[in-house]
Amino acid sequence: MKTLRAIGLFLIVTSCNSNENKAIDTAKKQESSQLEASIKRGKIVYNDMCITCHMANGEGVLRAFPPIAGSDYLRNNQTESIKAVKHGMSGEIVVNGVTYNGVMTPLGLSDDEVADVMNYINNSWKNSIDNFVTPEKVSKL
Amino acid sequence: MKLRLPFLCLILICILTCAQDKNLINTENSHEVIVSDIDIPWGFTFLPDGSMLITEKAGELIHFKNGIKTTISGLPEIYLRGQGGLMDIVLHPNYKDNGWIYFSYASSQGEGDGGNTAIARAKLKGSNLVNLEVLYKATPNTTKGQHFGSRLVFDKEGYLFFTIGERGNRAVNPQDITRDCGKVYRINADGSIPKDNPFINEPNAKKAIYSYGHRNPQGMTLHPKTKKIWTHEHGPKGGDEINIIKAGKNYGWPVISYGVNYSGTSFTELTEKEGMEQPLHYWDPSIAPSGMAFINSDKYGDWDGNLLVGSLKFQYLDMCTIKENKVIKEERLLDGLGRVRCVEQGPDGYIYVGIENLGIVKLIKQ
Repeated sequence: MKTLRAIGLFLIVTSCNSNENKAIDTAKKQESSQLEASIKRGKIVYNDMCITCHMANGEGVLRAFPPIAGSDYLRNNQTESIKAVKHGMSGEIVVNGVTYNGVMTPLGLSDDEVADVMNYINNSWKNSIDNFVTPEKVSKL
Repeated sequence: MKLRLPFLCLILICILTCAQDKNLINTENSHEVIVSDIDIPWGFTFLPDGSMLITEKAGELIHFKNGIKTTISGLPEIYLRGQGGLMDIVLHPNYKDNGWIYFSYASSQGEGDGGNTAIARAKLKGSNLVNLEVLYKATPNTTKGQHFGSRLVFDKEGYLFFTIGERGNRAVNPQDITRDCGKVYRINADGSIPKDNPFINEPNAKKAIYSYGHRNPQGMTLHPKTKKIWTHEHGPKGGDEINIIKAGKNYGWPVISYGVNYSGTSFTELTEKEGMEQPLHYWDPSIAPSGMAFINSDKYGDWDGNLLVGSLKFQYLDMCTIKENKVIKEERLLDGLGRVRCVEQGPDGYIYVGIENLGIVKLIKQ
């Protein structure tokens, strides 16, 4: 009888446990599939709005358009980068040791599009910047 | 040691992909800043009193007089998206008599999400635009961010030519004369369609079209001697072109091109085809041309007659020596000052150049 009870308790505990894990897993899966979908949409925005200056592989043009692939600026200044995509940017910045002093006018993107294109950039080429940008985050900037 | 190889590879990739063109730097030139502190001077023109009207791409019209900038109010609503905004500006050839100012801009007027290029005219009263008339609005609206054009030029007969890029829809727009975009247009100064426009009798054609098969022309000027309309246009990766515009002709985009996709993949095997015009010149790598003017004055000695084209990508003013309709020499002027957006010859015979994040400078030959 004791053994049975113990088994029962064990079953309950483990099933609870796995339920909890499952919930976390599902949340993670949901987030990663949301991120994946956002990246997919972001690629369309990128090819529409960004590619002419930042080029197909995010390499930019030396001294004219800063790279966004392997860019220390992008890695270390996520908030500034999101703001730049949303509101435009001008003035001096240093990217990978090179000074850029250009103008990116406001692109006229919606918060959704800003989030999508940021997620695409953060996770493309060799970039792997762990910052899931959501429209809610963008709306606050 | 492990780190070094990928690092070297990265540098190599950078050098290979950021290939500069081989045009030599001309050291016999300098500049004087005339108007400072402008983000993107998309276009500018001179009023009879020597003052300037300057368009700021973000949607501001600036009157620059006696060293002071005044913002002109009364612009129509401007659709700011991607490459679209407030663009070119010119005066009517008889401005002194009629006061008409013409400008191009991105507009969300009409049905559908997004916007497309519009051409309007208005008069300047104090620091306001009045009598605003929209003369042309391309359709359909689209949220695409690319290829609005747009330059404006009056020819010697008083026709207004303007350009509209293909709005990021190369598969559909440029080769179809029943659709807007990817075209050079010609209208009368009041917006009506000239009776001898090339497609005036084509059913369903957009009657204002003068030539088609263009990608994104952001340079147009009247040749000072031949009085012909010269344009240049952005190619994709490679294949920027100079063309002389002839009525009804097809300039080939995207059926023929000297460029490839941004990704490096090919979209056409053809660089020429019967019934399609060859460019007078093409750039590979692309310089991203914007703004276009001939030197037609005695201020620059033996540069007289040369063609000037701004390079957005490599940040210089490209001086092309032209002989028998061929570019035989290219030199970099104003090298490295910034992205060159527009260039005009002023009434004083000097060349003025709009440079992003700088303003308007006067070109000086040393």
